[in-house]
Amino acid sequence: MSIILEERKNQVGRAGSSGEAIACGKASLAGSVSQRACVFCGSRVVLYPIADALHLIHGPIGCAAYTWDIRGSLSSGPELHRLSFSTDLREKDVIFGGAVKLSASLDELIELHHPKAAFVYSTCIVGVIGDDVEAVCKEMAAKKGIPVIPVQAPGFQGSKKDGYRIACESLFQLVGTQNRPTPKFSINILGDFNLAGELWILLEYYKRMGIYVNATITGDGRVDDICNAHNASLNVVQCSGSMMHLAKMMKEKYNVPFMRVSYFGIEDMSDALYEVANFFKSEELLNNARQIVKEELARLLPALAPYKEALTGKKAAIYVGGAFKAISLIKALRLIGIKTVIVGSQTGDKEDYQLIQQLCDEDTIIVDDSNPVELSAFVKEKKADLFIGGVKERPIAYKIGLGFCDHNHERKEALAGYEGMLNFAKEVYGTIMSPVWKFVR
Amino acid sequence: MQSTTENKKTTPTYTSSRNACKLCAPLGASVVFKGIEGCVPIIHGSQGCATYIRRYMISHYKEPVDIASSNFSETTTIYGGNRNFVEGINNVIKQYNPKVIGIATTCLAETIGEDVPGLIAEYKQANADNAELPVFIHASTPSYQGTHMDGFHEAVCSAVVALATKSEHTGTHLNLFPGFVSPADLRNLKEMLGDAGIEYVLLPDYSASLDNPFWKDYHLVPEGGTPVDRIRLTGSARGSIEFGTVLNKGALAGRIRNTNVLTTAGEWLESHCDVPNSRLLMPIGIDGTDRFVETLEKITGKKLTEKYSLQRGRLVDSYIDGHKYVFGKRAIVFGDEDMVLGITSFLREIGIIPVLIASGGESGFMKKELKEHVGDTGADTIVMNGTDFETVRELAETLKPDIIIGNSKGYYIARELGIPLIRAGFPIHDRVGGPRIEHLFYTGAQQLFDRIVNALLEYKQEHSPIGYKYM
Repeated sequence: MSIILEERKNQVGRAGSSGEAIACGKASLAGSVSQRACVFCGSRVVLYPIADALHLIHGPIGCAAYTWDIRGSLSSGPELHRLSFSTDLREKDVIFGGAVKLSASLDELIELHHPKAAFVYSTCIVGVIGDDVEAVCKEMAAKKGIPVIPVQAPGFQGSKKDGYRIACESLFQLVGTQNRPTPKFSINILGDFNLAGELWILLEYYKRMGIYVNATITGDGRVDDICNAHNASLNVVQCSGSMMHLAKMMKEKYNVPFMRVSYFGIEDMSDALYEVANFFKSEELLNNARQIVKEELARLLPALAPYKEALTGKKAAIYVGGAFKAISLIKALRLIGIKTVIVGSQTGDKEDYQLIQQLCDEDTIIVDDSNPVELSAFVKEKKADLFIGGVKERPIAYKIGLGFCDHNHERKEALAGYEGMLNFAKEVYGTIMSPVWKFVR
Repeated sequence: MQSTTENKKTTPTYTSSRNACKLCAPLGASVVFKGIEGCVPIIHGSQGCATYIRRYMISHYKEPVDIASSNFSETTTIYGGNRNFVEGINNVIKQYNPKVIGIATTCLAETIGEDVPGLIAEYKQANADNAELPVFIHASTPSYQGTHMDGFHEAVCSAVVALATKSEHTGTHLNLFPGFVSPADLRNLKEMLGDAGIEYVLLPDYSASLDNPFWKDYHLVPEGGTPVDRIRLTGSARGSIEFGTVLNKGALAGRIRNTNVLTTAGEWLESHCDVPNSRLLMPIGIDGTDRFVETLEKITGKKLTEKYSLQRGRLVDSYIDGHKYVFGKRAIVFGDEDMVLGITSFLREIGIIPVLIASGGESGFMKKELKEHVGDTGADTIVMNGTDFETVRELAETLKPDIIIGNSKGYYIARELGIPLIRAGFPIHDRVGGPRIEHLFYTGAQQLFDRIVNALLEYKQEHSPIGYKYM
């Protein structure tokens, strides 16, 4: 039996001087139990948090059933996004075409819920049976007077990352269609999905700084705000893997500049505020940012100290969706005394992995598009105490007696910002220090 | 969605599915494959299908659920999945060294007309010199036919068709096809049969493989599951018992091309291997369990031990202790058709009115089965096949139920109505212990009964202006 399949060997590497570049951006290997999902999933998770839009999944039932209320993306208002709509195609639709059913479904659902826009996701077989989804959307948009946007995301047409791109293109169809007066110091927040209300923490910081947040894409997202997004002065992009494409398109067409930030951990959070202030070349904003950082750290650092003391010397494995988040996590873990021994992601790019190779200690395992066989072997080799990942990584960790911290869709504790850092430390402490481990070691 | 409200009450019907009360067929097949010893499932289609199904199962079982994918690309979809199939099988063998590979197809593979039996035959031929080649079981599970339950029964039947050996000599053993129940239910069933000294083949058996103890080292293929050799023996059993009466009848819904009536494992064994088949309502509650016990004793000539009559006695005793608190209460039950029918039978015997029983399954047989097996006229029960959660929610507003019974996806309805949800079936995503919920036999009824009575008592206590200390 082989731990690492031959074809995957260049997707696994080590940090340090001997480290070769990690191959990435490849399709998952057949038969390898990849932790990735598909193109549809990529587009669905990005668009999901838009709370006043109708999300209709065109295909057999599975794709809709498995993505019902899948992300803990909170809304301050409407919650239409938390419902799961499907055309539920049956054999006769597959043979005779699903367009009629799609049209009827859109008609009745728009009538029932009065959404501001509708997204229609095409799944695998729609791409094969050749329903003219675009024509149906166009016709329905004219009939109902709202944007009806096709999201052409058949699962087989690439990887999850291609789904992000498709979602960005769907969003881009909305951008620029409304104009509202927008203040000078205005930004859009791209790539925060308001998991556990994280966006609201960020909004509070920006408010204290004197920045107007124009559109949040897509956490707590609203269609009208996205339509007006081009009027902001700056796009601040987190989760760059998913949202960079939209930022680039907006730069090109509407000349909205963008910057890449992360809100996880003290360093990255503070850098984000400083960089935004610097962008506007405003001494007032910069002073406000400094004040926020000062106040927050004065509160946070003493609170973190006991956790750091208890956790120093522990070892962590990270396997998350995007590698940019992994970078923030490495730094955040360091802040509480934890060393990262394995870093991996589903969809990281070359630059991300290079940065990780530089950032991590010699011999840290770095892996792209991993699977349970590899991950379970790596954590054993590296004797990790903690695993940071999502739902599919959790049983790998628990089954062999490692602590686990969910840094994915389902988290219920906000981990972004300064208070998020404290929550993160508490959660890591809670899992590593639990007395239950005495029964397994 | 083909919603069939089998009574006079009219509700608006929708073309679309709104919060589905069903899952897709490959999920059911994957659960079955996890219940075969040494089996690694592979889903022939896009990567997302395997990952979504893994995620869905992991969130319920809280266990590693490794399912491979043949990972279709654009090229695969145009030119066929041959290469991906071979590569996928090769890689699964390299990483897992499985005894069995269970292959479930997706809507994509079926739509482009993948010939999986042909691919398996070619693969076997090309690897004829490999004496340790795994056993292949293939279930055709396009998600546009039926639901996860149809995928489940299809996989059970496929395993039997692939492996059962007909014999001149009838063995002493019994085949048990329990349907989609919890690992705890399977453990109870095994204990019951073991105590009585009854030999059996239980398929599937994920009582261990989807409810593992703690491991020190990661096990790539979890222990447990029905061994292949045991599945071979199903062809020489003295009888089969299937739990559930709807089984895979929903798979015909929406069909055009293939209107052949599908067989279940029990039916197939009866017609091909002369193994008599007994079909029972899912044994939830005293009546259902009594019928199962009678059938068991009739076929095997063996008696269950006293332990079970004591369990029954205690259950009856508790029914009496709690009867006043449940009588006349109104319940909504939803989930898989056979589970819903079993729970309905149980509710009837304790005096709760099942005001609405609903399933995303599309057999259209629930009302008929209800009448036949529960003796229920259905006058005060709305029966809905092929429905979804939003329809149930809308009906619930006027039905004014006291309690809701079903999987965790119905929580939002219970929350909106401010009434208790008794979690049963699959999935339980918002609590620990889903796999440990007991439904079947006297002990399962005991657990359900206690939970229902206590939920109603708690509701009353919490809504009482004084809060009392005695029942």
